Amino acid sequence: MTVTPQGLYCVPGGFHVDPWRPVDRALITHAHGDHARGGSRHYLGARAGKGLLHRRLGADATIDTLDYGERLSINGVTISFHPAGHVLGSAQLRVEHGGETWVVSGDYKRAPDPTCAPFEVVPCHTFITEATFGLPIFRWDATEQVAEDILRWWDANRALGRAAVLFCYALGKAQRLLAELAKRTDRTVFVHGALHALVDVYRDAGVHMLPTRLVSEVEKGTSFAGALVLAPPSASGSTWMRRFGDYETGFASGWMRVRGNRRRRGFDRGFVLSDHADWPDLLRTVKDTQAERVLVTHGYTEPLAHYLREQGVDAAPLATPFEGEAED
Amino acid sequence: MRRLADLYEALDQTTSTNAKVEALARYFQEAPPEDAAWALYFLTGQKLKRLIPTKLLVGWTQELTGIPGWLFEEVYASVGDLAEVIALLLDARERPARTEELPLSAWLEQRLLPLRQLDAAGQRAQVLSWWHAMPRRELFLLNKMLTGELRVGVSSTLVVRAVAQVAGLPAPSVAHRLMGTWTPSPTFFRQLVSQDVSDGDSSRPYPFYLASPLEQPPGDLGDRAEWLVEWKWDGIRGQLIRREGSVHLWSRGEELITERFPEIADASAALPEGTVLDGEVLAYADGTPLPFALLQRRIGRQKLTPKVLAEAPAAFIAYDVLELGGEDLRSQPLRERRAKLEALLKDVPRLPVSPVVQAATWEDLATARGEARARNVEGFMLKRLESPYLTGRKRGDWWKWKIDPFTVDAVLLYAHPGHGRRSSLYTDYTFAVWNGTELQPVTKAYSGLTDAEIGRLDRWIRAHTREKYGPVRSVEPEQVFELHFEGIQSSPRHKSGVALRFPRIARWRTDKKPRDADTLDSLKELLHASG
Repeated sequence: MTVTPQGLYCVPGGFHVDPWRPVDRALITHAHGDHARGGSRHYLGARAGKGLLHRRLGADATIDTLDYGERLSINGVTISFHPAGHVLGSAQLRVEHGGETWVVSGDYKRAPDPTCAPFEVVPCHTFITEATFGLPIFRWDATEQVAEDILRWWDANRALGRAAVLFCYALGKAQRLLAELAKRTDRTVFVHGALHALVDVYRDAGVHMLPTRLVSEVEKGTSFAGALVLAPPSASGSTWMRRFGDYETGFASGWMRVRGNRRRRGFDRGFVLSDHADWPDLLRTVKDTQAERVLVTHGYTEPLAHYLREQGVDAAPLATPFEGEAED
Repeated sequence: MRRLADLYEALDQTTSTNAKVEALARYFQEAPPEDAAWALYFLTGQKLKRLIPTKLLVGWTQELTGIPGWLFEEVYASVGDLAEVIALLLDARERPARTEELPLSAWLEQRLLPLRQLDAAGQRAQVLSWWHAMPRRELFLLNKMLTGELRVGVSSTLVVRAVAQVAGLPAPSVAHRLMGTWTPSPTFFRQLVSQDVSDGDSSRPYPFYLASPLEQPPGDLGDRAEWLVEWKWDGIRGQLIRREGSVHLWSRGEELITERFPEIADASAALPEGTVLDGEVLAYADGTPLPFALLQRRIGRQKLTPKVLAEAPAAFIAYDVLELGGEDLRSQPLRERRAKLEALLKDVPRLPVSPVVQAATWEDLATARGEARARNVEGFMLKRLESPYLTGRKRGDWWKWKIDPFTVDAVLLYAHPGHGRRSSLYTDYTFAVWNGTELQPVTKAYSGLTDAEIGRLDRWIRAHTREKYGPVRSVEPEQVFELHFEGIQSSPRHKSGVALRFPRIARWRTDKKPRDADTLDSLKELLHASG
């Protein structure tokens, strides 16, 4: 496999993986905007993610799907999708040709998530890992603990008659929060328009979540006192916020592990909850795959590759145009 | 320690002032005095001198975590706070959630302060044993104390308010008791919150009474004869204390500056026991104040050489006498205090009484105001002759009538959102003036617009954004504002080469076009006028 101006390319197979420019044949790991981009002629992804891919790429995009583990031969290259545990329908792509196996992880996490199938270890020769949180300061607490903290924060604001506005990535994090909270309460949550349709896709896929109401459908003048509101981070500081009157803000993201990230953006609370692997899980996963070679992409690629090399792993960064702080 | 961690967390997790005071009050209510005293020490911005070299802390962290030096650097660059980096790196998942609890005072007195007596190996053994057993929050606080960086980010006004609330005392009494130097001991904290007012520390100043800016025409103040008028000197407001054979000079910032001004301290030896004066430290020669810049240069010097002392000799211009013969005079009318002051300082060199401005009517006074800049003063102080010496900024009896500010017409270039409840509004602005054909940013300004104007400008900014850099937006250079400021200094730290003093927005000049804005050259001409 090689990198072309369009993205990661499998030469014998004649297909791209998560290309950032339109190509003839695109294999997609998951529906986030930095992985699934429009304009290609044919798409192929995991069946569980079909609804989300259509939302991202348009209803008339040509999208074929495979079940997790189902094999397909493309020009003599055997490919299959395997759960990545990142968001609904997210997949690692296994590529086998001439006795050589590659796995493109896409984004992944090892922590349990009620909205998607759990990460599957796929042994390979070459493993392409993400590195969004590829620094040793990033370690996640148990999800139950974080969900409990969020519920307590909501309750505390409720007791004071305040709204609690929780910012989170619209695809994946929002639904995971709604599903985690559904284990603890049955109260309705208000959601921003950017999340709303995606929540519906998850419901259609059978994910159990708290009931939701669209903020913009609420009658003008309605009080949001005591409500929990989920919104994308881009809504922070927008005029949309003014309707909530007295409120506190929180942000659920792996970036909240660092206090300065929260303080800089002016959130009252930061909840450390990520859909990406933390440092220990990145290292564990590299080991689990038994890969002889590791390519590192997205995020802290240099530090992770450098560290792996020091541990005796043949590792190198793999350049993509999506560098810098990824959404989470 | 756990209680302090709870407090730190509560303060860190809110942007609301009331919630902060509440959290502080709860802490002072519950904490034993020996712990409360230490918490107060940190909350009022005092710091422990570094206990352990940072290099050692970094080395031990690397040793414990197996993180190589280059990776530690990488992490430090992305976090920017050493105490936090160490806490995050040491935070392995199996860390205990709750462990042995030791009170804050014990931590400091039995553990942290004695570190200074240990050699590196002894320090290492101690620190590692704590790191091993502490939950993350406490670990972070411990590291902050070890690195001498523990700042809690609340203003001392809020701390005073919370202590006053708990003690059932007026805030000014608490502020008074917190002035000066004190050691964080249980005795100190008990005295701080006690109802007994006979306590005393001979070096302790009174809280300052501050004048409010005059916004109405002075004629509205009534009969001119009821008012004492003085020049408003541009120096360091201070309090001079002569008690128990010693002299203490305090700045309004609660800094003890006696040693910076030996000539004032020497002159004060002539004062009788139990005297407290309110006044202004000025560079002063031959009966005339010298420009503030001279005084500033002197403050900046590490060593007071005879040359420095000769270049910028200092004096204490006295405004008021607050204590005489050990008696607190603050409740007496200014008329009486002033008479006592004049009698007291007759013929005391270096301690002149601030002269009274002789102008029979408010109109005459307005004329005299024209001389202010030439005299190196900022305007007038107007004090009601019947007024007691109050605490803080209380409107009504003391006014400052400043000379008209400088003005500049500048173009709005960048906007930044406000804080807390105003975070959905662009309320902080950067303004530019012309430098040739380019707009050169010269100052930021926050205040001066009405809420309605802020709303209107916010909508305009959103509709005319050129680029976004994080929270900052650059906007089309179209809007012109009249800014007021009190002074201008050359500044190598600013790209424009100048720094404005107290800039604020006077008016939104919708009648002006960007080309009507002022130039950097015209601003620099004011450098001379500003002294």
